[in-house]
Amino acid sequence: MSQTGSLMGFVHRRRRGAELFLLVLALMVGIGAYAAVGLGVEGVVPADLVGYGGWLTALIVAAHVTVRLVAPYADPVLLPLVAALNGLGLAVLRRLDLTYEAKGFDQHTFARQQLTWMTLGVLLFIGALFLLRDHRSLQRFTYTSGLAGIVLLLLPFLPVIGTPINGANIWIRVAGFSFQPGEVAKVLLVVAFSGYLVLHRDALALAGRRVVFVDLPRGRDLGPILAMFGVSMMILVAQNDLGSSLLFFGLFLVMLYVATERPGWLVVGAVLFAAGAFAAYTFVGNVQNRFNFWLRPMDYYDASPGSGQLVEAMFGMGWGGLIGRGFGNGLPERVPFAYSDFIVSTIGEELGLTAVMAIILCYGLIVERALRIALISRDGFGKLLAVGLGAIFALQVFVVIGGVTGLIPLTGLTTPFLSYGGSSLVANWVVVALLLRVSDQARRPAPRLEPVDDSSADSESTQVVKLR
Amino acid sequence: MNKPIRVVSVFCLVLFMALLVNATYLMYVRADSLSDDPRNNRIITAAYSRERGAILVGKEAIARSVPSDDQYKFQRTYSQPLKYAPITGYFSRFTQTGVERSQNAVLSGDDSRLFVTRLVDMLSNTDPKGGNVQLTVDAAAQDAAWAGLDALPGDAQGAVVALEPTTGRVLAMVSTPTFDPNNFASHDFEAVGELGEQLNADPREPLINRGIGTTLPPGSTFKLVTAAAAIESGNYDAESMVPGGFRFQLPQSETTIGNYDGGNCGGRRITMTQALQVSCNVTFLSLANELGTEAMAEQAEAFGFNSTSLEDLGGQAESLYPRDMDAPQTAMSGIGQSSVTATPLQMAMVAAAIANDGDVMRPYVVDEVRAPNLSVLDRTDPQSISKAISSSTADELTEMMVATVASGTATPAQIPGMDVAGKTGTAQSSGDRPPYAWFVSFAPADDPQVAVAVLVQSSDTSPDEIGGGRLGGPIAKSVMEAVIGQ
Repeated sequence: MSQTGSLMGFVHRRRRGAELFLLVLALMVGIGAYAAVGLGVEGVVPADLVGYGGWLTALIVAAHVTVRLVAPYADPVLLPLVAALNGLGLAVLRRLDLTYEAKGFDQHTFARQQLTWMTLGVLLFIGALFLLRDHRSLQRFTYTSGLAGIVLLLLPFLPVIGTPINGANIWIRVAGFSFQPGEVAKVLLVVAFSGYLVLHRDALALAGRRVVFVDLPRGRDLGPILAMFGVSMMILVAQNDLGSSLLFFGLFLVMLYVATERPGWLVVGAVLFAAGAFAAYTFVGNVQNRFNFWLRPMDYYDASPGSGQLVEAMFGMGWGGLIGRGFGNGLPERVPFAYSDFIVSTIGEELGLTAVMAIILCYGLIVERALRIALISRDGFGKLLAVGLGAIFALQVFVVIGGVTGLIPLTGLTTPFLSYGGSSLVANWVVVALLLRVSDQARRPAPRLEPVDDSSADSESTQVVKLR
Repeated sequence: MNKPIRVVSVFCLVLFMALLVNATYLMYVRADSLSDDPRNNRIITAAYSRERGAILVGKEAIARSVPSDDQYKFQRTYSQPLKYAPITGYFSRFTQTGVERSQNAVLSGDDSRLFVTRLVDMLSNTDPKGGNVQLTVDAAAQDAAWAGLDALPGDAQGAVVALEPTTGRVLAMVSTPTFDPNNFASHDFEAVGELGEQLNADPREPLINRGIGTTLPPGSTFKLVTAAAAIESGNYDAESMVPGGFRFQLPQSETTIGNYDGGNCGGRRITMTQALQVSCNVTFLSLANELGTEAMAEQAEAFGFNSTSLEDLGGQAESLYPRDMDAPQTAMSGIGQSSVTATPLQMAMVAAAIANDGDVMRPYVVDEVRAPNLSVLDRTDPQSISKAISSSTADELTEMMVATVASGTATPAQIPGMDVAGKTGTAQSSGDRPPYAWFVSFAPADDPQVAVAVLVQSSDTSPDEIGGGRLGGPIAKSVMEAVIGQ
């Protein structure tokens, strides 16, 4: 073989065995944590440990077998990371259920419902991998999914099904189920952005004029970015949801930058966002409050609305310290919404800084795998898709964990795979399926370019290649 | 598109690093200050939910935690609350005092010496318990001291401190009026808050441990320090002839000071023993005047003035011998007046040092720290702070003090069949309030086992009946008998 051949011939190993090994570790986290919750809170190993562990194992094994069958070259690390986070989340919810039950609160089936949602999520994961054999076919649905995404975002404003919960208009309620359409919308919008940008990247990248060292895009190319900015601001003002607004706009900026390779977009976007955020701070009381609570949480502890939730979370995490109080020995029920937005504070209180660092690192690894998939992906659409999905994770995790630990102003977002919430969990499982699909394409051996076996002396100069 | 993807990767790395650093800052660096926040309900709930260790005197737990059936798992109870309150302090929603505070880490179970116990608890999944603290206090001595102060007429303000001279162990420490720490341990936090405000505002200052927290002029008991300085100077011994007479004229002044009873101390020239026996003001005014501020201050500091030494209890006030006194003030300091102030603990340390051949031992209250299973984790070792006087000086002072009890002002402290060393004091304060009664002593004089200081700050005794001997002597005697009788 020639040098060219050996360079081109690098083949990613499938590493399905490694994935299986890591999945066993992830299951040990999930099932072990569930057993520890029973021991810590009630003093006995939960009676349903075998049934629970069996169910969890069955789900994970089904996901693994699916990957083996239809995406054999897919990244081997993503699925175990997700399985570990989801398993830990279930155990923490179970721990909160037991406390809520003991304190006489009426809702105490978060873990059971979350397990149902996880089952649905894994089924969709399997379905997506089977149905979608090549992610590029999604490119056909660029405008469809963009439209669907916008419609989903608007759904909560509809009179009957839209239901404001806790001050945010981001819910719809149909037949007794409440649902956050934004969670699905963000996946659809990543698909739409990827499709749009891969087509228009040259126009966005090359046209423009230079103003003081910065290449600014043309006015008409500003259309999409202004539209996205408008959508973000609408979410912020009308839905009272700072987190999602930040998420969508940041996502779009990152994808635009990657597609065009022009930092000028970042400048434009950052200026727009700063202006928008300042306007929101000035005109939206809620945003102003959150900013104040972030700067001086201790001063607003007793106020209403106040920073009591944040301060209680900080007290809890400070009390947890390095290794935590242990399951059952903390008081996570003192933090409102400990099961959703503030689940990290529960983990910090009972499992300590060690566990918080571990989950941050797990998220970091998920993002890293997504960006690696983008790097090695051979098509622009796949690159953008992977970058977008990775960026969603990175931004969402940063915004929510940063908010709960007081790094940035608090915004309401779920912690992927950990927080209670059906829409979020199901959507995130689909995101993982998409990432695995892109990575399977990227890591699959490339159609090899091979010189025709020609024994003539001048074969070096007149090569004929054939596609095998 | 790979270049911007790498930039995005670096950006994400920065985001996650920021999260990690911030989480570390919050949960490790800021953890302590968050735990100290008074609004942090978790700390309180945790403190009330864990079995706090006991404080032991002999074999009796004077403070312990018993299971409680309200929202918290345990209730702190004190079996002899009033008697031991100055030592135990209290344990409340808001703060702790006394041993409850100084030994909080052990009692709550957070002390590093309890690490193994905690580890075992964690592995066996049992609720962690706090360690126990064994006090040096002698129950009989404490009973005697309490009974003596409690028997004074009216709501007497006073304190008794008894030390073991050879070690510095605190054998008794009582202060009146006192408070009931059980009320502070109540789970009705609102009532506890009101109680705290009420007791803090009380003019009789029931929350102050007068044994260590109140400094008053030590009066004639300070003549022991003056005598020690005189003998240490090398110019005097117990038989030296010193000035007596009716009056002493202060230097640089027309003012003259007489003796307490207006007498002449038995002559113009008397022995030092005799001077101490009758507590002759003229003698000690002139001795202090002759020795000067520097020598007096050095002697006082050698006994422990101008510093604190008790580490087991908070709130110890410094006993003062100021170095910037002029000549008349220095002379006055010789009889424990002027700017000289002392705590009962300090005067007990003076007596104990004389009893212990001149060695001042660091006073301590915590004898042993024990794990929940009562195995000993730590034991306090007696520690010498300074050599206040030579052992020959100590012997001479002892003889003088024995004479004072045998046939001087301190006769109420006599114990049949035993030599007792003692010294009275009746300190003048402002003209409109009664004088303070002091009494310091130790016994047996030839093999000292206990040194006592008694202070009666105020009582319903009529002013002309107040005298250190009359008020303090019997209390000191009963405390000494309680220790020696064992």
